[in-house]
Amino acid sequence: MKISKDLKTDLYKRMVRQRTFEDETTKIFAGGEMPGFLHLSQGEDAVAAGTCANLDLEDAIYTTHRGHGCIIAKGANLKPMMAELFGRIDGCCKGRAGSMHFADVKTGCMGSNGIVGEGMRLAIGTAFAQKYKKTKNVTAVFFGEGATGTGAFHESFNMAATLKLPVIFVCSINLYAQMTHKSVHIAVENVADRAAGYGAPGVTIDGNDVELVYSEVAKAVKHARDGKGPYLIECKTYRHHGHFEGDPCNYRPEGELEKWLKKDPIVLYEKKLKKEGVLDVKAMQTIREATQKEIDEAVAFARKSPQPDVEELYKDIFA
Amino acid sequence: MGVRELSCSLAMAEALKEEMEQDETIFIIGEDLTDHGGIFGQFRGLPQQFPDRIIDAPISETSIVGTGIGAALTGMRPLVDMHFADFVTTAMDEIVNQMAKIRYMSGGQAKLTLVLWAPDGGCINAAAQHSQCLESWFVHTPGLKVVVPYEPADVKGLLKAAIRDDDPVIFFQHKRLFNWTGPVTEEHYVTPLGKGKVKRRGTDITILTYSRMTYECMEAARELAKKGVQAEVIDLRTLCPLDFDLIARSVKKTHHAMVVHEACLTGGFGAEIAARIGEELYDHLAGPVVRVGAKDVPIPFSPVMEKYVLPQITDILTGVDRALKR
Repeated sequence: MKISKDLKTDLYKRMVRQRTFEDETTKIFAGGEMPGFLHLSQGEDAVAAGTCANLDLEDAIYTTHRGHGCIIAKGANLKPMMAELFGRIDGCCKGRAGSMHFADVKTGCMGSNGIVGEGMRLAIGTAFAQKYKKTKNVTAVFFGEGATGTGAFHESFNMAATLKLPVIFVCSINLYAQMTHKSVHIAVENVADRAAGYGAPGVTIDGNDVELVYSEVAKAVKHARDGKGPYLIECKTYRHHGHFEGDPCNYRPEGELEKWLKKDPIVLYEKKLKKEGVLDVKAMQTIREATQKEIDEAVAFARKSPQPDVEELYKDIFA
Repeated sequence: MGVRELSCSLAMAEALKEEMEQDETIFIIGEDLTDHGGIFGQFRGLPQQFPDRIIDAPISETSIVGTGIGAALTGMRPLVDMHFADFVTTAMDEIVNQMAKIRYMSGGQAKLTLVLWAPDGGCINAAAQHSQCLESWFVHTPGLKVVVPYEPADVKGLLKAAIRDDDPVIFFQHKRLFNWTGPVTEEHYVTPLGKGKVKRRGTDITILTYSRMTYECMEAARELAKKGVQAEVIDLRTLCPLDFDLIARSVKKTHHAMVVHEACLTGGFGAEIAARIGEELYDHLAGPVVRVGAKDVPIPFSPVMEKYVLPQITDILTGVDRALKR
């Protein structure tokens, strides 16, 4: 697939935006300023960026407890997003969701989820509505390999396939389900092999190659928009941070992280873009600085936002 | 406009037909819908009239509910057929962690325009996994509305209200009542959620009930009248929102209260009503608030045993004696 220079720059910007947000969040959380707990997505940036670059605003995504990257790649406004992580009233969800239950419906981010696998079930409903209304829109649902052990994976894939729904199942294989290695809980080498069992296509790809993710998801999106049903894309990648911030990661073999850091999707892509003459070091620096500024503004916005008032407590339980 | 005798089943089908004709976002998803017309024939005629809007799903109750939620989030108004209310256990995450909370968690961004339709109750010798009344689980979950109709006219009017409602509604319909008939006007009408109904006026004791037990309570009231006790029978119709104003007005008049439900006694909704009456109407009470419910055992298969477990008219009469301290 031919990828234009503009699209290459767009893919790069999406990844930088995700990564900068996550790195900033890491620092703020470590400083004790952010409540709750956090599951961060550094390292899996190319999966979200390559997927969401194929989607329109009206297309939907569902993501996981590790969902910041997907939400940013889909186009969420960073100010209310950061305010939400601070639990403030100007947060996208008025401080009720935090990181793990985040949603930004107007940009098609239908929800993160605190329950592993659940996004898949809800995605079927959204895809059903998209098909029913003859919209040509699609739903991408992100999940990790841990979720492939849930009944949600089987039921949802089977339903999407039988009802021919426009769902792209994007499985981010980051090697660990919470704190347990993939080899312990999945008997097959490639999860995508399971798609055949549902009568749907499935591919296994290098999830750190953003252009490859983009090209493969493009095929899946076309398949879905053409009314041919679901598609499974398995992206092999790696989670740079622990399951949660503060996780000592005792389960990781020595040298594993270092090995994967050499395959960091952003580092790899910067080399490629430079070699191809798409962006030079200065242009990339400019993008990074502009992104950092945007995120600094989001943090300032979040810090200034008031705490929710107790009067907010009973709002939005019912319509 | 005339009044017909309709079964609960036909009243339900009529409600759906009327609503589906005027709102294209309504669809029904569940098992055995098209060929069988729903397990109790409750969707008779609909698959023929709305072939694209009756979705036969695989036996995946968990994902059927999840699909309903996702579709509601995307501007549809699904009616999710749970097949048997007992099967809600397979979808507790979807109901409790998703359906009930998404609107609140999202800061009001999302609407959950969904009816989870769940046929419940015993008396058909369907035994422990097909006979339960589980409504109190869901009243204990903020974010869900819970409807428990008794007669055909209310099945129709409340179902229409539930479909039009912008919040998730769990609509329990008692299996034993599907073939029971009652008058239903030919006029189009909607019965608002959150309003109880006085089924019988009385001055001596307030009997609060819902669903099938309304019939038992009315029979008991007739027996009581023979003994000179005038019971006021209230069919609550919805448990959330609860028409506590109606309860309070009645209890202030009769000074005695009793709650009757088919669900087992411990932790049943009767406990909540009794506690609230105790807290808020203590000065008006002249006796204990008595609860009558099923015995705290799984529903046995044996018809003799099942009858022993579920509340009977004699249990209601004994309960009244306790409430009136006679």
